[in-house]
Amino acid sequence: MASLKALKVRINSVKSTQKITKAMKMVAAAKLRRAQEAAQNGRPYAERLEAVMASLASRVGGVGASPLLAGTGKDQVQLIVVATSERGLAGAFNSNIVRAARRKADELTAQGKTVKFYIAGKKGRVLRRFFPNAILADHEMGHIKTVAFDDARVIADDLIARYLKGEFDVAHLFFSKFVSALNQEPTGIQIIPVPLPEKQPAAAGAGAVVEYEPDEESILADLLPRNVAIQIFRALLENAASEQGSRMNAMDNATRNAGDMINRLSIQYNRTRQAAITTELVEIISGAEAL
Amino acid sequence: MLHFELVTPEKLLRSEEVHMVTVPGTEGDFAVLEGHAPFMSTIRDGQILIQRSPGAAPESIAIRGGFAEVSAKGLTVLAEHAG
Repeated sequence: MASLKALKVRINSVKSTQKITKAMKMVAAAKLRRAQEAAQNGRPYAERLEAVMASLASRVGGVGASPLLAGTGKDQVQLIVVATSERGLAGAFNSNIVRAARRKADELTAQGKTVKFYIAGKKGRVLRRFFPNAILADHEMGHIKTVAFDDARVIADDLIARYLKGEFDVAHLFFSKFVSALNQEPTGIQIIPVPLPEKQPAAAGAGAVVEYEPDEESILADLLPRNVAIQIFRALLENAASEQGSRMNAMDNATRNAGDMINRLSIQYNRTRQAAITTELVEIISGAEAL
Repeated sequence: MLHFELVTPEKLLRSEEVHMVTVPGTEGDFAVLEGHAPFMSTIRDGQILIQRSPGAAPESIAIRGGFAEVSAKGLTVLAEHAG
């Protein structure tokens, strides 16, 4: 049986761990609110852009369109962009994203495709261990505190430049979709070539003759890179919110577990103490009787 | 009144009823009043001028990168940066 002193030390250590997890939970909750707001604020832009893209793309059609829309005509080299967080201690948040990306990679490899990775976020670097020769780039994001559109723009520009150089044919983006504070879903979407939004016949065919300046093709060509950037931006925002939600949960659980452990240890401590007292008493009494 | 919306990826910056908006289009500035024909244009970096009522002093917002869409619902400017 552990000594009283050892138990006391143990209890104190668990108590300080609990203090830390509790503080982290509270910080995550506060950050979550802000991250969620940011994710919501980004929605109107994305929605409007998507609507415009849909109506434009249905007009322009696939002929002579930009490679960002039409693709390279091949799908041999598949790029997987993995967006993760910079910090750990967020439950299964990062490993869920990485697992989803790996599953996709295995699936594509089984189809005979070449898979490459583009890592955005420090925690995605574990992929190096699994695919040491398939890492195309590792995008440094450690300096970013709150995600701004420019951060996404940098990634998008880099991706598009690599795409036009022919480094890959199709790009998928993996991130964690924020469903609620309790539920985050690792998700993969295709970002290059830009998948066309479903045509909405009611909205597009409203009969209004829209005038374009310059022409439809030029506007679309201007919008396509922007669409890639906005997809990445949204993914980063969703990721930020998911990360905080996931951390809040993980830390809540950790705090609860620490509480349980403290209770258990306290009971053990009290019993041990009582046992020691009883033994001492028995010794004194039997000593007295022997006289 | 013209319904005017200015949206950036970070947030919905403006959504209000105004008299007239002057937008710096790639092929020249254009002003939008209520009942404008459906129109879409890319924009160049510059100032967007918002007039709340006829004759009022215009408010100016700097915008960068994006496009403007005029539909029956009003004018929507999607800019990468604004303000």
